[in-house]
Amino acid sequence: MPQYLLSVWHDDDYDLDFSSPEAQRQVAQVGEFNGELERAGAWVFGAGLHPASSATVVRSTGGDVSMTDGPYAETKEQMGGFWMIEAPDLDAALAWAGKAAAACEGPVEVRPAEG
Amino acid sequence: MNETLDAVFRREAGRCTATLIRVLGDIDLAEDAVAEAFAIAAEQWPQHGVPPNPGGWIVTTARNRAIDRLRREASRTDRYLAAHRLHADDMEPDHRRELDDLDAFVDVVADDQLRLMFLCCHPALAADAQVALTLRLLGGLDAPTIARAFLVPEATVAQRIVRAKRKLRDNHAAYRIPRAAELPDRLHAVLAAIYLIYTEGHTATSGETLTRVDLSSEAIRVGRVLAELMPDEPEAIGLLALMLLTEARRPARTDSEGAMIRLADQDRNRWDRSLIGEGHELVRACLRRNHPGAFQIQAAIAAVHADAPMADATDWTQIITLYDQLYALRPNPVVALNRAIAVAELHGPAAGLAALAALDTTTLADYQPYHAAHADLLARAGDRDGAVAAYDRAIELSSNPAERHFLRQQRVATADRRPSSP
Repeated sequence: MPQYLLSVWHDDDYDLDFSSPEAQRQVAQVGEFNGELERAGAWVFGAGLHPASSATVVRSTGGDVSMTDGPYAETKEQMGGFWMIEAPDLDAALAWAGKAAAACEGPVEVRPAEG
Repeated sequence: MNETLDAVFRREAGRCTATLIRVLGDIDLAEDAVAEAFAIAAEQWPQHGVPPNPGGWIVTTARNRAIDRLRREASRTDRYLAAHRLHADDMEPDHRRELDDLDAFVDVVADDQLRLMFLCCHPALAADAQVALTLRLLGGLDAPTIARAFLVPEATVAQRIVRAKRKLRDNHAAYRIPRAAELPDRLHAVLAAIYLIYTEGHTATSGETLTRVDLSSEAIRVGRVLAELMPDEPEAIGLLALMLLTEARRPARTDSEGAMIRLADQDRNRWDRSLIGEGHELVRACLRRNHPGAFQIQAAIAAVHADAPMADATDWTQIITLYDQLYALRPNPVVALNRAIAVAELHGPAAGLAALAALDTTTLADYQPYHAAHADLLARAGDRDGAVAAYDRAIELSSNPAERHFLRQQRVATADRRPSSP
């Protein structure tokens, strides 16, 4: 069955205080969504990510490995989390993305996996 | 003979492509097969005559050719198998049978065209991609023709089409008619794309002549197919009615030099009465259903205009009521602008200007028709300088030469007018 990456996007300064009621609500919503994915057999993998400032980019050129601090793309929007899901077709994947966007209260990008 | 083949192509290419996408499960393969079948027809029909069911003949020939080729080219068999990603899982079991006879093909074709419309106008595609793909696959128009119609470079259109097809394939877009729950949104996307094609043909955003018949007639053709295939969707009927009633005015919209003539100044004897008759019949059918939607209401407004033997006889009260209904469904400033114009017709330019003043002008700041209407009302209210300034802004914003020419003339006529006595 086709697989799709659903990624959640935030402004790069987004930093949710997990003790806040707002965060608690979102965590509960996402937990519920994850449960729905699993019950439907659509769940492959998923995770929330630490802020983009925690990222390191590693490059390999001619056997030399170098590193730079920070995310690959210094853009205003950064990926805050993702799911890999299985869905029979695009419409089904888009329907899951709609639920994901509601659960995490942010835009969700849908991208098909090769193969 | 060539004319017959052309006519068959215009009528059948979209239908055949639609069916072959389902049979072969791949858009490119279907397009190649249909092109090949028409090439064979061009050779054989002049000798053996046109077959009794040309569309069925093309589909059968195209399908056989495609399958032959897949068998020949073993490497493509993988592609064929992979291609069944565009699966049509909404089909009735008896439609899944091997389609051996021509009649069976033709029976199924109708649904296939709907599938193709929903695929081409998938909301995951941008509007310009939806439009290009619809014209390419359903209209059978090639990229150069579409590019000429929209006055964009051929490479741009070709790339739009290639990207859109690739996106649909990579994303495993389903080849099916949306389910009841998704249907309203999906149908809206189809209607919007068809109307976009129509309006682009009606008032070309750029280009030397005001109207481009090809796009408008293509939109009407696709709109007819949609209305036929979805007779229970009043908005599909409403869209067709709106296009027909607007199209009826085409002969009167321009003078012999190609310059634009306003609705109020058009020679209504030149309106196409048979299109108006058909449009009226469709509007009445919609009214009977009593399930109003934005396209039906706009069609009703066009029907009220068509009812008036001369501009002065227009039932503006009725038109304002219809705009109120439309605004309740689609509360946007363009609808409010058109309502304000109708108010000016009924109650005079001062009332119209008051209605304009109440609009949210931030969203209308770059909207040419707003400034043209504002200029017209200011001129009629005697504010010459205000009118000239508004015409300048409208001219600046217009991308259509015929329209710009008209606005310049209006501006000159206004500027030449003696200032009204205070």
